[in-house]
Amino acid sequence: MAPKLPPQHSLQQSSTAVAGGQSHHEHHAQPKGIMRWLLTTNHKEIGSLYLIFSLVMFFIGGIFALVVRAELFQPGLQLVEPEFFNQMTTMHGLIMVFAAVMPAFTGLANWMIPLQIGAPDMALPRLNNFSFWLLPVAFILLLSTLLMPGGGPNFGWTFYAPLSTTYAPPSTTFFILALHIAGISSILGAINIIATILNMRAPGMRMMDMPLFVWTWLITAFLLIAVMPVLAGVITMMLMDINFGTSFFDAAGGGDPVLFQHLFWFFGHPEVYIMILPAFGIVSAIIPTFARKRLFGYASMVYATAAIALLSFLVWAHHMFVVGLPLTAELFFMYSTMLIAVPTGVKVFNWVTTLFRGSISFEPPMLFALAFVVLFTIGGFSGLMLAIAPADFQYHDTYFVVAHFHYVLVPGAIFAIMAGVYYWLPKWTGHYPHERLAQCHFWCSVVGVNLTFFPMHFAGLAGMPRRIPDYALQFADFNMLSSIGAFFFGVSQLIFVLVVVLCVKGGKKAPAKAWEGAEDLEWSVPSPAPLHTFETPPVFHRTHPSE
Amino acid sequence: MRSPWRWLLSVTFIASIPQAQASGWNMPVGVTDISRDIYGLHMTIFWVCVVIGVIVFGVMFYSLFRYRHSKGAKAAHFHEHTSVEVLWTAIPVVILIGMAVPATATLKNMYDTSQADLDIMITGQQWRWRYEYLGEDVAFTSNMSTPWEQIRGEEPRGEHYLLDVDEPLVLPINRKVRFLMTSDDVIHSWWVPELAVKQDTIPGFINENWVQINEPGIYRGQCAELCGVNHAFMPVVVHAVEEDEFEVWLAERKEAAEQEAMGIDREWELAELMERGEAVYRAICSSCHQPEGQGAPPAFPALANNEQLISDLDWHIDLVVNGVSGTAMPAFRSTLNPVEIAAVVTFTRNSWGNDTGDAVQPSTISGWIAQ
Ligand code: HEC
Ligand code: HEM
Ligand SMILES: [Cu+2]
Ligand SMILES: [Cu+2]
Repeated sequence: MAPKLPPQHSLQQSSTAVAGGQSHHEHHAQPKGIMRWLLTTNHKEIGSLYLIFSLVMFFIGGIFALVVRAELFQPGLQLVEPEFFNQMTTMHGLIMVFAAVMPAFTGLANWMIPLQIGAPDMALPRLNNFSFWLLPVAFILLLSTLLMPGGGPNFGWTFYAPLSTTYAPPSTTFFILALHIAGISSILGAINIIATILNMRAPGMRMMDMPLFVWTWLITAFLLIAVMPVLAGVITMMLMDINFGTSFFDAAGGGDPVLFQHLFWFFGHPEVYIMILPAFGIVSAIIPTFARKRLFGYASMVYATAAIALLSFLVWAHHMFVVGLPLTAELFFMYSTMLIAVPTGVKVFNWVTTLFRGSISFEPPMLFALAFVVLFTIGGFSGLMLAIAPADFQYHDTYFVVAHFHYVLVPGAIFAIMAGVYYWLPKWTGHYPHERLAQCHFWCSVVGVNLTFFPMHFAGLAGMPRRIPDYALQFADFNMLSSIGAFFFGVSQLIFVLVVVLCVKGGKKAPAKAWEGAEDLEWSVPSPAPLHTFETPPVFHRTHPSE
Repeated sequence: MRSPWRWLLSVTFIASIPQAQASGWNMPVGVTDISRDIYGLHMTIFWVCVVIGVIVFGVMFYSLFRYRHSKGAKAAHFHEHTSVEVLWTAIPVVILIGMAVPATATLKNMYDTSQADLDIMITGQQWRWRYEYLGEDVAFTSNMSTPWEQIRGEEPRGEHYLLDVDEPLVLPINRKVRFLMTSDDVIHSWWVPELAVKQDTIPGFINENWVQINEPGIYRGQCAELCGVNHAFMPVVVHAVEEDEFEVWLAERKEAAEQEAMGIDREWELAELMERGEAVYRAICSSCHQPEGQGAPPAFPALANNEQLISDLDWHIDLVVNGVSGTAMPAFRSTLNPVEIAAVVTFTRNSWGNDTGDAVQPSTISGWIAQ
């Protein structure tokens, strides 16, 4: 078993290495204008592209959600027809998952993994460029289906057959193509990340020295390579059913609609961990920094992440408790799902213990990280409730589930991304984000998120099914609150854009080590980080050797 | 489920009755033994989460308050502690085993569909439920009866807005009723919270579930699985009645079915067919082909002023009897009776500018179905 050594090192040592490596990169002839961005192979520029793309998509997906919430403000059909409503929920889910959250994490990986392991760039820079530019292609195609005859995908982001095959709008073939392209982008990105982490660490940095963001991304990348092909397989089977007369999922031709769900969730459950593991990594960097205390249980964090990743392949049918699985399958998936709560709990306990007897300050990244711990845990609690299979017969496909996955995704994944952005903005731009505005963004977001999603628990328990454009009168109050919260949350995100723009333009200057308690390698290069860093590898020194 | 667990569940159950019944905020306790067990599990796991939450967040907020940098707190240096780490891995495992035992017992009970007194076939169709009392020759479809005017806000909304149907499923109390569930088109999910039955209806599969209701009453629910445009508009209503009342109802339904069967052989007037056909059209066809037959192209073709329909009677009958496989157009041969099919075909051929004057006879349809 590897010794528990912290991911820490001597700062002086590596900054000299950087200074030595910075002088001779002027010879790259930089194309100008748009070509520079189309052709760039620099991990920082590609990272920025990913992050900007993700932010734009976050707003597009957010507008779709607001259309949904506006229609649900009151009972009755007011603003949109049910057909368009279904397209909005579907597109909202697809865009948020595949175009907002996943690219944001990939963007952070591009920027930070080389900096955190002391590598000059990603291992496969040209592939990196290609992986990014596939994304706008995929999602412009996906969004364009909304304008096609018959409308865009309207079968939910889980696109269960046969609603998504025999009964689907004609644009579904384009939806499949878009998802294929996005999937290829993810797989290529994952290959690149694995190659970088395994081969390009600074001399002296062992696996158990890596910052947790690097660790969680390494494991996430393996998950991506394992499950994206399953998604590709299942959408290809749909393509065959729709266009080439096969009957994989068509009962009339001897096919099996339940097979679709098994395949989808064999991809889909690991996918939800793909959206949260890197968030764990970010939070595990921020909490020790602002508690000025080493992360409690570094090694157990690594093992817990690996355990979650492995278990995530064994729990998929907890999304299918009511499809009529045999009793033994039902029991197996109930037990395995309950089990996955254990390593997740370990993570939360470790974060809290890191805070215990620390020296804590509340800069904006820390605020978001702390909110993450509390609100993600609430999402975890409702997850634990959903794991109880008999009770899931009541919870399934209601707003209780909508509340659950939004607690783990919005104040979970999204807050972690924002925490990461606030944390690393000084490194990217050389300026601190505007503190007052960031605080304002934080408090508005916390209030907005809870106002939007907490009442959904009650609506679901009281019996409101999900994916409906109109509802019975007893759900009216909960929905009105949710809708008000949603608009408040949505508008608050404009503050975030303002903070980022201001921070790029100017602001309080940040030194190389922008946060007093920050320890990882990225804080040894100047702020803003020059285009090329670590051209000669830094020598990695543990600050706590031989413990 | 044997004594200690049942005891534990009933304690949590009783402890939480007040807030459960006071409001529509929580899962309903329901009216079956299983729904009560599920409610007990739900409240137990809820309180487990509350207790863990209070401890974890308590330590967290204490630390945030007590160890503030601004108050000069100095960070300690510990960063691992094997026995604490083992302990907080082990304790959740024990709690979870404690939850898994009663959950397993409840689940086994839910899966025991043996020895039912009555079998009912439930078929999901876009967007209605069809109920067949197996072995009793009683079958009917149940459509939402909330008028579109209420949905569009042109009329005040009724008390059971979106949760009313033309024909509820009638069940006897105190008898074990087994459901056999399937679908004719996409996946639906039959759900009544008070009965704690939620089961997907899947084309090509027959799922089983069961219920034994303890109290008479009207229990309402909805389709829980996205099934297309009108997913929000396929409610479930169960009318649970005393056993003798149920027998009377069943006998009446059987007699009505016999009457209807006799109607097949007689000659029907155009006006009679039109009246019946309008009712069928409104209940069944209008959700796709729209109330005025205008359709919603390209998904659903218009029937009004449809050249092929007007000119080709055989094609029209065949289409309604056999459906169009691979599209959303269902085959109605087994879900509508010949009178209803004749009536709706007549109605579409003589409405919204389609003036064929054809009065299609039920006997023609039954002949069509027979070949
Ligand atoms: C679930 C939606 C749905 C329902 C309910 C439905 N239809 Fe259809 N219907 C369709 C679709 C889709 C088509 C087009 C089939 C095709 O592509 O050939 C269609 C086609 C037709 C056509 C042929 C029109 C043409 O020009 O091709 C007729 C006639 C028709 N339906 C009559 C009816 C009648 C009568 C009922 C009620 C008893 C009914 N339909 C109920 C979906 C539906
Ligand atoms: C402004 C913030 C958001 C609001 C107001 C919002 C609102 C909603 C609502 C109301 C639904 C339910 C639709 C229904 O089932 O009828 C929904 C579904 C969903 N949301 Fe969000 N959401 C927000 C942010 C996010 C984010 C950030 C993510 C992803 C990380 C996300 C992922 C999903 C997914 C996966 C679904 C399921 C889609 C489906 O049913 O197919 N949402 N959202
Ligand atoms: Cu899952
Ligand atoms: Cu439905």
